[in-house]
Amino acid sequence: MRYALPLGLFVLVVILLAVGLELDPRRVPSPLIGKPLPAFEMETLAEPANMLSRADLDGRPYLLNVWASWCVACRQEHPLLVELARRGTITLIGLNYKDTRADALAWLADRGDPYRLSLFDADGRLGLDLGVYGVPETFFIDAEGIIRHKHIGPLDAGAFERDIAPLIERYGDGS
Amino acid sequence: MRRPSALLLAAFLVLTALTALPVAAADTPLSFDDPVRQQRYDDLLAELRCLVCQNQSLADSHADLAQDLRDEVYRMLDEGAGDAEILDFMVERYGDFVLYRPPLRASTVLLWGAPLLLALVAIGVVVRLARRRVPPPAALSDEERARLAALVADEKRGQP
Repeated sequence: MRYALPLGLFVLVVILLAVGLELDPRRVPSPLIGKPLPAFEMETLAEPANMLSRADLDGRPYLLNVWASWCVACRQEHPLLVELARRGTITLIGLNYKDTRADALAWLADRGDPYRLSLFDADGRLGLDLGVYGVPETFFIDAEGIIRHKHIGPLDAGAFERDIAPLIERYGDGS
Repeated sequence: MRRPSALLLAAFLVLTALTALPVAAADTPLSFDDPVRQQRYDDLLAELRCLVCQNQSLADSHADLAQDLRDEVYRMLDEGAGDAEILDFMVERYGDFVLYRPPLRASTVLLWGAPLLLALVAIGVVVRLARRRVPPPAALSDEERARLAALVADEKRGQP
């Protein structure tokens, strides 16, 4: 009985530390979940003359993937995106972030283009509105244009099955 | 013999100084002519956290994102935005995490309350320990009382 209090405190500290070690400080929860995609007016990567706004993307759920040719981690997730596009699992929209058109197009030609289209955010304006801080980032947007999920860092099959597959189940795959 | 090497060293120093200057200037935050606005700008950059390096403020960080956010703060101040407006702008996009001083919310009650809670616990422990130090005056048992009476009686008898 004499040791009940120190032992209890010890167990409490161990539990707190164990939870703390499991948390990843890089996963900052996005305040944008449940909010609409910020408004924008932007050229597509492939066609400078083609200006798109938020409303042009509405109507079906899609993954908005923030990428850049200078982004090393983007190479890591790219095969998965290509595979998703090949299988038609979900529509992919790219957001080419702070890149040059020539580099970005060459990168896609090299590695395959899984995107239905890529927005060309050369000055990072939409990236800033989306709170992007670590490329690549991937947002799940539903048919009403509401952000439902944000994945920070390269997407892998595990995270896709765990976080995004249930959302496709719930909001549809955009086909 | 020493002269040429000294000259070379001097030339090297001058060259490095000249090439170093533009690099240093590129990372200097933008500045305002108005000292009040400059002060607000500096204060805001110290209040906001860079999300890439996480343990540096926007003022300290050399990350590209920090540069973008500094430019954004500068632009908003230049357009006459208030401090609260600028902080809200950042929180809307990056969450409370961008603030070095997290606001008091349900999820941060423990964070703000913990120092007070720990102080109360510490005071409680100190008070308990201090009380335990003073031994409680133990009452004499009947046996001890009888023995005391006998000793006192003996003492009295022994007196001249």
